[in-house]
Amino acid sequence: MSALRKSTPAAAQSDAAPEKELRPPSYWPFVVPALVVVLAIIIFPWVFTIWMSLNEWKVGSSTTFVGFSNYLRLTSDPRFLESVVHTIAYTALSVLLPLVFGTFAAVVFHQKFAGRGFLRGVFIMPMMATPVAIALVWTMMFHPQLGVLNYFLSLVGIPPQLWVFHPATVIPSLVLVETWQWTPLVMLIVLGGLAAIPAEPYESAQIDGANLWQVFRFITLPLIMPFLFIAGMIRMIDAVKSFDIIFAITQGGPGSASETINIYLYSVAFTYYDLGYGSAIAVVFFLLIVALAAVMLYARQRMVWTEIASDA
Amino acid sequence: MTPRQIIGKIGLWLSVFVIVSPAILFFLWMLSLSLKFEIDNAAYPPVFFPEHIAWKNYADVLASNRFLTYFINSLIVTGSATALALMVGVPAGYGIARMAAHKSAIVILIARITPGLSYLIPLFLLFQWLGLLGTLVPQIIIHLVVTVPIVIWIMIGYFETTPMELEEAALIDGATRWQVFRHVALPIAKPGIAVAFILAVIFSWNNFVFGIVLAGRETRTLPVAVYNMISFDQLSWGPLAAAALIVTLPVLLLTVFAQRQIVAGLTAGAVKGG
Repeated sequence: MSALRKSTPAAAQSDAAPEKELRPPSYWPFVVPALVVVLAIIIFPWVFTIWMSLNEWKVGSSTTFVGFSNYLRLTSDPRFLESVVHTIAYTALSVLLPLVFGTFAAVVFHQKFAGRGFLRGVFIMPMMATPVAIALVWTMMFHPQLGVLNYFLSLVGIPPQLWVFHPATVIPSLVLVETWQWTPLVMLIVLGGLAAIPAEPYESAQIDGANLWQVFRFITLPLIMPFLFIAGMIRMIDAVKSFDIIFAITQGGPGSASETINIYLYSVAFTYYDLGYGSAIAVVFFLLIVALAAVMLYARQRMVWTEIASDA
Repeated sequence: MTPRQIIGKIGLWLSVFVIVSPAILFFLWMLSLSLKFEIDNAAYPPVFFPEHIAWKNYADVLASNRFLTYFINSLIVTGSATALALMVGVPAGYGIARMAAHKSAIVILIARITPGLSYLIPLFLLFQWLGLLGTLVPQIIIHLVVTVPIVIWIMIGYFETTPMELEEAALIDGATRWQVFRHVALPIAKPGIAVAFILAVIFSWNNFVFGIVLAGRETRTLPVAVYNMISFDQLSWGPLAAAALIVTLPVLLLTVFAQRQIVAGLTAGAVKGG
């Protein structure tokens, strides 16, 4: 009972100091099962991966400790370096295009029109559909002779393309699929941002006779910037890691023209079963993603500060 | 309506059409491919509305007993991984929210950032060592990588918004913390649990990368099964498209019918696993 009596006044002033007062140890039993699971399937694999990356570790042969030589090997592995370039190109396009189209879609879905709820449901279907099933149909659509995409191009007088079957067009073609798939996520995040914008700036803009583009450029865009940043960050993390679409459509081909880091990691670990080297790639890959996220956060911080500075 | 308003109206509907048509046309084309005989699928220019509908494509896919096995595999893996995730994740989300232990959520963020393949290398060795490869257990366990962070993340957010007054009143009345959770917090959190459940099911059902490494011939889930069909049936598009549509249909239906929950969940956490 004494514990209860103590918690009553604490609860009364919980608004003032929620951090300290609402932290009794008795909530721990709720967290312990999840903690065990997280330790087993997230923390343990990470520790083990780091350990493996320091070893020569191939399935079927003995393991030897080799220190950082797996990491050194990465710096002179042309296939890895090439995969980094592919990943950067793929990611840059797969962040930019969904951001542009997603923002446009969000502005449209922010308006009121009949059937909006249903159409929004249809619009987010590409993002929720099973990626492998999607990839399969896109592969058929990309077919140089029988594909429906080349047919549409022929209608507007553009010669047939090789799409994912040519090294020069394979990454843009895959980005097309990625953009089709993930524009809805950007739309949802930006839509959340639009909902939070007050009506006053729009009313005064209307009085001032601003046109649609001016309203978007000078009122909407600055106000949804934080949401665009979040969307861009999430998009970046997912695009860097993209696997299903690339693997199911091209497996990194033709040749190695669409081999991203993640696809190369798969080949090293589960085609050549070079697990030590694969682990080193996994670690570097993870650090790369964290670094990219950190750079974006830093850029955001900078932007916030310059905004404050310009206000003052 | 003034002319200006009419132009605005037309512009709006034109924009809606432009935005929604890539999704609609794609799924209609998928349906069209799945309902055509090979002659129509191999025709150029493409046949959009077939004269003869090939229901046989669906019948063939459903009649192959392997497909049924893979469907059941998918049900077992997704069902178990989601149920386990709810069992550990809902209380964890509650505990973290009530302790205001926001820093612990960083583990969830790490899980969100980590590429799925990084989990696979060590866990693959572990499962091999335990002799579990060839059963569904490895896939159920590794799907927790997807489902547990989703559930915890959404439940933290949800429990933070539920009012504390009722819980405090119950505590004063002498209820234990477990009773408060079970009889006060949990009933209020049902909508949040529904969101977590739906997203966990979808992302587990869709998962592909864990299956291609861990699944054997008998333990494939549907996405892996469909992927393996590509290499076998490169040229018979009808049955392939039918299989692809069957695999993704449950998810598409869920998307349309549970749209509000999905949108709420995705805008809250924007979680995606793997």
